[in-house]
Amino acid sequence: MQIKQLSVFVENKSGRLAEITETLAKANVDIRAISIADTSDFGILRLIVDRPEAAVEALRKENMTVSLTTVIAIGITDQPGEFAKAMRVLADASVGIEYMYAFISRDKNKAYVLLRVDDNNRAVECLQAAGIEILTAEEIHGM
Amino acid sequence: MPQYYEPQFECASRDEMHAIQSRRLSEMVERCYNKVPFYRRKFDEMGIKPGDIRSIDDLQKLPFTYKQDLRDNYPYGLFACGRDELQRIHASSGTTGKQTVVGYTQNDLDVWARSVARGLVSIGGKKSDFVHVSYGYGLFTGGLGLHYGAEKLGATTIPVSSGNTKRQVQIMQDFGSDILCCTPSYAIFIGETIRDMGIDPKSLPLRAGVFGAEPWTEGMRKQIESLLAIKAYDIYGLSEIAGPGVACECEYQNGMHIQEDFFYPEIIDPDTEEVLPYGQYGELVFTCIGKEALPLIRYRTRDICKLDNSPCACGRTTIRMAKPQGRSDDMLIIRGVNVFPSQVEHVLLSLGMEPNYQLVVDRINNLDRMEVQVEMSDAMFSDTVRDLETVERKIAEELHSTLNITAKVRLLEPHSIPRSEGKAKRVIDNRHI
Repeated sequence: MQIKQLSVFVENKSGRLAEITETLAKANVDIRAISIADTSDFGILRLIVDRPEAAVEALRKENMTVSLTTVIAIGITDQPGEFAKAMRVLADASVGIEYMYAFISRDKNKAYVLLRVDDNNRAVECLQAAGIEILTAEEIHGM
Repeated sequence: MPQYYEPQFECASRDEMHAIQSRRLSEMVERCYNKVPFYRRKFDEMGIKPGDIRSIDDLQKLPFTYKQDLRDNYPYGLFACGRDELQRIHASSGTTGKQTVVGYTQNDLDVWARSVARGLVSIGGKKSDFVHVSYGYGLFTGGLGLHYGAEKLGATTIPVSSGNTKRQVQIMQDFGSDILCCTPSYAIFIGETIRDMGIDPKSLPLRAGVFGAEPWTEGMRKQIESLLAIKAYDIYGLSEIAGPGVACECEYQNGMHIQEDFFYPEIIDPDTEEVLPYGQYGELVFTCIGKEALPLIRYRTRDICKLDNSPCACGRTTIRMAKPQGRSDDMLIIRGVNVFPSQVEHVLLSLGMEPNYQLVVDRINNLDRMEVQVEMSDAMFSDTVRDLETVERKIAEELHSTLNITAKVRLLEPHSIPRSEGKAKRVIDNRHI
């Protein structure tokens, strides 16, 4: 149920993202989804990849600060109102969302949303009860 | 059971030490008056004759010597010996102006080597040890100072010099280094390299290190002791007085024993120039009573520290100096507030952070602005912007409450502050004042 997300500390310097993703490319790590949270001085790069451990090892070797964070992933139909429904479920269950980012799949008319919430178990429980698809780690990493 | 290199001096009674110091001071003053025109002029101006100085208690009658005097008499103007007697030249790096040149006779080199040998024995060094010297060799006194001290003791010297850190580690492993000598920031760099190479520091024979030539803190000591799995000792010195070994900690790590039969210490109030009692912080002043080529009188070190005459558990009777709290010349004045980099370091350590930092000072619209750049560590990192901004705010608040300065805090990626293989550069002052 719980997906391993890479979080990387990045200073705001031009070329940094290129260097980081080149490091991942050299380690033959495939990126599934990517998002960046930024301030004026630094950013936190968040990545879902096919081989999280290998990615961590490659980045640490380059002296990067990197951690693995647990997030959950939901799959919804790509049509108006579907995402709102999922948000309503979490709101009603008082699950707080730290951040999220989404990507659309190549097929199946599906959209996927990665969520970092304050209570993973509770979030999964209420989303499943509402009939919303929760993706497994295998499904996401192997996508 | 503590060992001593020269117990007749290191453990002398205070009366014996007073007699040695008094005799050497009067000889030195005679030499300065007769051989150094600079001192003769000063003495004449003050109406002092060498014969007036009969005891070490008369020292306060004598004038101070400043680093500027060495610059004004560059390169050899303060030397008290001829070329035939001169055996070696060293020079300081000159970070704050023209470099300072110092000279040694054979006797001076012997005094220096004996001082270092005493220090090495006081931290548990012995003849059978392999002493790994990673200070730079050359005009800088670090490399050759420890080198000849270790040889004087009869230990085996490994003259690695600085740089090529992986090779340093390889040598430690293969040659079996027992004692490491280098700057504390380089010790941390070596320790980080050992860790990155996947070597367990406990598997190395290394058991102790003597570190000096730049200011460091108790926090850095803990970091070095854990990274290298050794005991880390403080050694003090400056080229004007001799080089490293003027003072060195003993196994009790309770202040550095000054080799005061060669280097007589005083603590003065830097403003009033009054001599302060033991225990009070002030500027450290040395008189080189055991030296021939460059016998400086009451040399102002600019190091702020205090002296301790309480008995030490090791049995040595020599006066101990505390770790300098900063130098009056690395002191920054930010909007009228005095700031020592070591204070910023202390704030980071008090917050449980690694002291990998740099201060960048700018003057924008006639206002001083200081940015404290701190390297991110795994322990500090969090996945959310909010948490990282909290870290920045916590550092800024702590700087404000303890140092009364407003500083912008910027988090940097690990290893982004240059780790010099010599002295770590802590301050970038863009104000040029």
